[in-house]
Amino acid sequence: MSSLDPIDIFRTEAAELLDCLEATLLDLGEKPDSTALIDTAFRALHTIKGSGAMFGFDRVAAFTHDFETAFDLVRQGKVPASVELVNVSLSAKDYIRMLIEDPDNTSAIIGEAVLDELKHLVAGEAPKPSAPPVASAPPAPQGTAVVSPGWRLGLVFEADILRNGTNPLALLDDLRDLGPCQVVPRLDGVSDLAALDPEALAIAWDITLNGDVSREAIEDVFVFVGDEVTLTLTPLDVEAAPAPEPEIATEAAPAALPAPAPDAAAPAAEARTGNRRPDDRPSATVRVEAGRLDELMDRVGELVIAQARLSQLAGLQTDVGIKSISEEIERLSARLRDTTMGIRMVPIGSLFGRFRRLVHDLSRDLGKPVDFITEGEETELDKTMIERLADPLVHLIRNAIDHGIEDPARRGAGTKGPTGRIVLAAEHVGAQVLVSVSDDGAGLDAARIRAKAEEKGLVAPGTPLTDQQIYQFLFAPGFSTAQEISALSGRGVGMDVVKKTIEGLRGSIDIATVPGAGTTVSLRLPLTLAIIEGLLIRVGEGRYVLPLSAVEECVELPAADRLTRGRDFLNIRGELVPFLRLRSLFGAEGEPDPHQKVIVIAAGDARIGLVADQIIGNHQTVIKSLSKLHANVTTFSGATILGDGTAALIIDVGQLVAGDGAERIQDFQEVA
Amino acid sequence: MMAETAESVGQDGALQVVMLRIGAETFALDAGMVREIIDPIPATRVAGARAHLASVVNVRGNVVPLADIRERFGMPQAVATRDTRFVVIEVAIDGDPVVVALVADKVFEVTEIQFGERQSVPKIGTSWRPEYIKTIVKFGEEFVIVPDVEKVLN
Repeated sequence: MSSLDPIDIFRTEAAELLDCLEATLLDLGEKPDSTALIDTAFRALHTIKGSGAMFGFDRVAAFTHDFETAFDLVRQGKVPASVELVNVSLSAKDYIRMLIEDPDNTSAIIGEAVLDELKHLVAGEAPKPSAPPVASAPPAPQGTAVVSPGWRLGLVFEADILRNGTNPLALLDDLRDLGPCQVVPRLDGVSDLAALDPEALAIAWDITLNGDVSREAIEDVFVFVGDEVTLTLTPLDVEAAPAPEPEIATEAAPAALPAPAPDAAAPAAEARTGNRRPDDRPSATVRVEAGRLDELMDRVGELVIAQARLSQLAGLQTDVGIKSISEEIERLSARLRDTTMGIRMVPIGSLFGRFRRLVHDLSRDLGKPVDFITEGEETELDKTMIERLADPLVHLIRNAIDHGIEDPARRGAGTKGPTGRIVLAAEHVGAQVLVSVSDDGAGLDAARIRAKAEEKGLVAPGTPLTDQQIYQFLFAPGFSTAQEISALSGRGVGMDVVKKTIEGLRGSIDIATVPGAGTTVSLRLPLTLAIIEGLLIRVGEGRYVLPLSAVEECVELPAADRLTRGRDFLNIRGELVPFLRLRSLFGAEGEPDPHQKVIVIAAGDARIGLVADQIIGNHQTVIKSLSKLHANVTTFSGATILGDGTAALIIDVGQLVAGDGAERIQDFQEVA
Repeated sequence: MMAETAESVGQDGALQVVMLRIGAETFALDAGMVREIIDPIPATRVAGARAHLASVVNVRGNVVPLADIRERFGMPQAVATRDTRFVVIEVAIDGDPVVVALVADKVFEVTEIQFGERQSVPKIGTSWRPEYIKTIVKFGEEFVIVPDVEKVLN
């Protein structure tokens, strides 16, 4: 059931650390002198090295060690974190990922090349490797200045540090490497043998370190323990005499008691650990397999269906007790449903982060400087949805940089600066999420797209088309207006895939463009794939569900249109709306209802009416996918189970509207 | 999974089957693929689906196709009787397990058939598509059909 294979756990953790490393490196590219960022990157590297060695990923450990060694110079401030260095570090990070994911097919040559480049950069930029260490840690600016013949250290670890795998004795050994030490354990925290917890650390230490050691060197020993240690540092020469007696503990009481004593050095130590806190203390989370969440969602779906049946039955009863229990269960199951859906929601920022690298690389490869701005990272979406959105967004961002943004030279000639701008934004709009990719490039050229569409035979020359209809040709398979085929785009593969994926997610795609000012592609997506608000309708004997988000309005079918008279349009407030008779579409039997209704649905710019016998009302629709055996049925996107236990089909609105559009285009072709 | 069952059968020559009647013929389904046998429940017609998979039913909260294989074997449609049952089976379609409810006019019993009594499918005297039939076995005085369910459905 739950996979506890340590190798898998290491892979997952390493993947997260690598993501963190990548984000940090990219940030570092923008803020090269941020010590906090350098420290974060360094810590991620160190953890990968350590756990890699522990789980037998020796090549990972060895490579990361060399990477770390080179990067250490950056941390010490000897080498600036230049753009080149960030780029090489990113390649190094990619190599580590390859080593972890597919060690057998990853050639060591790549690693060597990356390391060579890294060493070259580091060596080339280190001004005087033998020079005394330059200050790197701003938290203690006076740190380097104070070089005393020795230090008095108070060392108090968190009690659970042993459980986290840290060995305090190893740290003491590291301290001894810096100079001769006198280590005195503080035993007042140790309880009786009976009450002793062998896994908790009850001992603290007082250490006198003699030697010409900088404050940073000592703090560096504890850099990976983070805030699990309270370190108090007092220079020895501040005190009258080095008193290397066991009484140190009582004598240096203000320095040794960690919590209340605001010793001179303590703020510095705390400032450092304070910086680190946001990274080291993630909010309490539980890692759960996605499959279990899916299962939970299925159960909740079944509960919602059973509850709908219960309230239907209870509605027929006169017993007040049954009715109130049924209402109680209705309320509870609605809350359970919301909570469960909430569990599956993930902020979209986790996805946006991945694109920073893409933009960074593309902008370098294409020689187009680009500012990448993300908005609304906190917008939450269903986890499956986020995963399926990744590929379409990659295509859209690529297109925006490759086709949208002009060359810097052309941009410079206009009023825009040479640096382009890509905005990736997400926001909630009602029960939907709007994700958009905008560029400030040249905009779409409707005439050129039209010419291309005519050339490809997608539309007859001279057909009146709105701009929006013309832009839809971009989503036709194999359609590309790029004059040259580049490695990135121009082959016309992609946009049709984007459209298919988005429609598969029950979403829609819109394009807005202003010539010379840029293009925005907006994806409109439902919040979740599991449950939708639906409108239940009756056609003949069958009941069907329409996604409520697509429904614009409902009107009565005029008596004159009851029987077809060759043209099926409605005049809705002066606008022409074609309609489809669902009865004939679904081959319904029996007499049509004398008062048929038209449900006007919208998909993109198109509006069509659907004629049904009756509108039953709102329906919480738990979506069940149709069997593989029904893959040829395109009119329906899924099914749901109604209160009485029968199945009802969910009408695929996009498909109906698009099918209609496709026929129209075919008609044009026949004319041509 | 089913392929394994079929393989393992070959050795001792016996196969656990569920015998059922569809139209005038008796079919034997590998008992390993049968999940449950239920009384008929209301079905929902799917416009645009193929004739032998014309509707769906709700089986324990899942919407599954209702397969009526009469059409595949050239039998006339029939209305449900008191003996009609839905046999819920799991078959591999292109490698993925798919649950299907199969309409049977009557379900007899679970029994063992001997593959030693297998008859080769006659090429003459039937209008059935040969790929729909795995084999024909003699059971008592009757011939029973062991269908290739995946091919019949897909």
